[in-house]
Amino acid sequence: MTKLDSKIPEGPIADKWTNYKNHIKLVNPANKRSIDVIVVGTGLAGGSASATLAELGYNVKAFCYQDSPRRAHSIAAQGGINAAKNYQGDGDSTYRLFYDTVKGGDYRSREANVYRLAEVSANIIDQCVAQGVPFARDYGGLLDNRSFGGVQVSRTFYAKGQTGQQLLLGCYSAMSRQIGKGKIKMYNRHEMLDIVIVNGKARGIIARNLVTGEIERHSAHAVVIASGGYGNVFFLSTNAMGSNVSAGWKVHKKGAFFANPCYTQIHPTCIPVHGDQQSKLTLMSESLRNDGRIWVPKKKEDAEAIRAGKLKPTQIAEEDRDYYLERRYPSFGNLVPRDVASRAAKERCDAGFGVGTNESGEAVYLDFSSAIMRYGREQVNIQNIHNASEDKVRELGEKVVENKYGNLFQMYEKITADNPYKTPMKIYPAVHYTMGGVWVDYNLMTTIPGCYAIGEANFSDHGANRLGASALMQGLADGYFVLPYTIGDYLADDIRTGKIPTDSPEFDEAEKAVQDRIDFFMNNKGTKSVDHFHKRLGKVMWNKVGMARNEKGLKEAIDEIKQIREEFWKDVKVPGSAEGINQELEKAGRVADFLELGELFARDALLREESCGGHYREEHSTEDGEAMRDDANFTYVSAWEYKGEPSDAVVHKEPLVYENIELKTRSYK
Amino acid sequence: MSAHKGLNLTLKVWRQQSQKEKGQMETYQVSDISPDSSFLEMMDILNEQLIEEGKEPVAFDHDCREGICGMCSMYINGEAHGPGRGITTCQLHMREFNNGDTIYIEPWRAKAFPVIKDLMVDRSAFDRIMAAGGFVSVNTSGNTQDANAIPIEKHKADQAFDAATCIGCGACVASCKNASAMLFVSAKVSQFALLPQGQVEAKERVQNMVKVMDEEGFGNCSNTGACEVECPKGISLDNIARMNREYLSASIKGE
Repeated sequence: MTKLDSKIPEGPIADKWTNYKNHIKLVNPANKRSIDVIVVGTGLAGGSASATLAELGYNVKAFCYQDSPRRAHSIAAQGGINAAKNYQGDGDSTYRLFYDTVKGGDYRSREANVYRLAEVSANIIDQCVAQGVPFARDYGGLLDNRSFGGVQVSRTFYAKGQTGQQLLLGCYSAMSRQIGKGKIKMYNRHEMLDIVIVNGKARGIIARNLVTGEIERHSAHAVVIASGGYGNVFFLSTNAMGSNVSAGWKVHKKGAFFANPCYTQIHPTCIPVHGDQQSKLTLMSESLRNDGRIWVPKKKEDAEAIRAGKLKPTQIAEEDRDYYLERRYPSFGNLVPRDVASRAAKERCDAGFGVGTNESGEAVYLDFSSAIMRYGREQVNIQNIHNASEDKVRELGEKVVENKYGNLFQMYEKITADNPYKTPMKIYPAVHYTMGGVWVDYNLMTTIPGCYAIGEANFSDHGANRLGASALMQGLADGYFVLPYTIGDYLADDIRTGKIPTDSPEFDEAEKAVQDRIDFFMNNKGTKSVDHFHKRLGKVMWNKVGMARNEKGLKEAIDEIKQIREEFWKDVKVPGSAEGINQELEKAGRVADFLELGELFARDALLREESCGGHYREEHSTEDGEAMRDDANFTYVSAWEYKGEPSDAVVHKEPLVYENIELKTRSYK
Repeated sequence: MSAHKGLNLTLKVWRQQSQKEKGQMETYQVSDISPDSSFLEMMDILNEQLIEEGKEPVAFDHDCREGICGMCSMYINGEAHGPGRGITTCQLHMREFNNGDTIYIEPWRAKAFPVIKDLMVDRSAFDRIMAAGGFVSVNTSGNTQDANAIPIEKHKADQAFDAATCIGCGACVASCKNASAMLFVSAKVSQFALLPQGQVEAKERVQNMVKVMDEEGFGNCSNTGACEVECPKGISLDNIARMNREYLSASIKGE
């Protein structure tokens, strides 16, 4: 059995990272020029890592399946990025960001990693501003902040509802500069289909050129996986259509442990599913919960009338509305963490108070009317308007709200044809982010030497639940400020290795396996499309491995996923040819991996006999429906080792030790 | 919402096997499309139908399906991203169409964006323009000055942001009768020109980016304004004016 060594440096938590950096091996600039690094994925983590490694002097080969690195799905992040700058003077600090993140993750993350994340967070903002990222500013010309869920300070930096876009374009610019210099060789429209291991070390990848269909060999001294999360195992999620687990899954099958697959974030504020033809879900930023109030009708008959289209939300009197988050969690109110808000919405809808007019009836209101009037009255005062009419106040208030969230409101209106300034938004939870991922140590190295995983692709910082605006922070922290140090410590041993040849038996074998699988798909002559299987998998995942899980359901899910997988391999139909562009072939490979991951995911959920963060086991809850952790038995990371079928996977446990934060029941009441 | 009746439509779709081969329009029928479906969901349904019939599905670019990645790129009924303003193809919904409509679906058409299959084009020319100067030359060090060290006028920061919201989809090029990339390039030039961080290299930036833009085969700007109308992010023509000023001043000042 391989022992999991998290390699946490010695010393007090606040000094660990500094001490570590002072004692690692360095690679001198001349030697960096003879070292190659492959980075798979060009989102915030992969993009920032590629740019920084190239600036340092390494030869970077970056891969993305999209037609440009700028399209990675980090682009879609809306709300913001956290940093412990304490510009608002509201008591923020590195320690407080660290504490909030560990608590928000329901005490299932690794202290040392989270502290380092909090420590470098302030640098990220400085770096991005220097790159020309246009964050929101106040009238004094200084950076503005907003609040996100699960915290009581304002530490979130933002660029309207397009923060991810602006940060990613910052990375893309930094990458472009290195591409222009030839330090990054960019492989657009390429998909990694396997990792190549030579003498126990990650030494390259096999990739398919998605335009020509050619299978290519690429070698390097280290391979960095930055391919994002696996939320699309649910078919419907807020992930991009192409987001997939394949890069992470391939390294898992070659020896990298996969950690906490069951930790999934179901985001509370998404636009509800409209019907069977739906292909993906759209998020409405958590930042909206700064000003929006969430409610359902108090009376069941009102909810029924709304669902039947006989009543409008604006017709329901204030006293007949149940602001259930404010009722249940008075101290955090609408800004409770995502897992808590999602479960509370499900609870109300399951109890018959849902207001969805779609097929499922599942939706709650996110209402801006109070905020509009509050801002309107503020404007009336600022502009010194006397005797302003109700309409004037509303008009001024709508302007303020438009300035803050205009693009989100517009997006909502485009999709639903409802005007959210006039009627409350309808929202419902949807799969959004996966906290689980490839297991990494403090250096962000997987259990394969020389193979790293960064950003959402790894498991390390968010425990069982991620706080809002922390994904962007982690992606950029890993890529700009952590990996460039830790990878040097490893590559220092490779300065005399020279170029890794691609004509070795290891490359032959990996390429053959990739080719065989493609040939299989092309010759299978099945009868059902890839999406047919993906949708079936998604239904099982959502119904039995989704927001609420129980032993019976999980066992059924394991059997059903196995069944779907068997049918997939017998009956999947991939049209066209493997030469040239074939989007069905691309999807087939990704869904094949999801069908294996899905089963491991359910097994992990079954193993974890407790409720923590996004993982909610119905058997383990308090009388009032709050999650119940079992610290005595489950304060560990489950890291799965591949052994063939998902049912054969072996779990290894990395105990989580809390030396700086006391384990408590997470309460937002 | 689901009370609406499904739509039956005739689709005329551009099919082209590869960059080297000739393409042609093909006609397809789809039925019972929910008005709440997005345009791309309608395309998914068409593709499922084609797979069922043993035909090759239509290749098209798409990814985030929420209007921000810039991947989707269909020319629908003679307009980039179809009817409606301020949206990408993935944000277009079928409620904009009527039962019985015939819809024409083509790829972006521009010399600098060759078709690689069906509705997919190669937009890597944009990446090459970016590599010529679309950045601020600052390395990652952790030692840059504090983010609040230089206050930036809100008005200017907002304008820079507005320019920076360009998603690089190429609708501006596709809509322009000259296939000019001026709106795209000027948005990036403006973002940096408006910020103090971008001013150090402003002169080189505009010259280098414009040079590559010309080399890539994009046409000239004749101030028609179709790009601004069709831009899903509402990038303003003012950016082109600003870039022209930047370019002129860089040319006059010389080295």
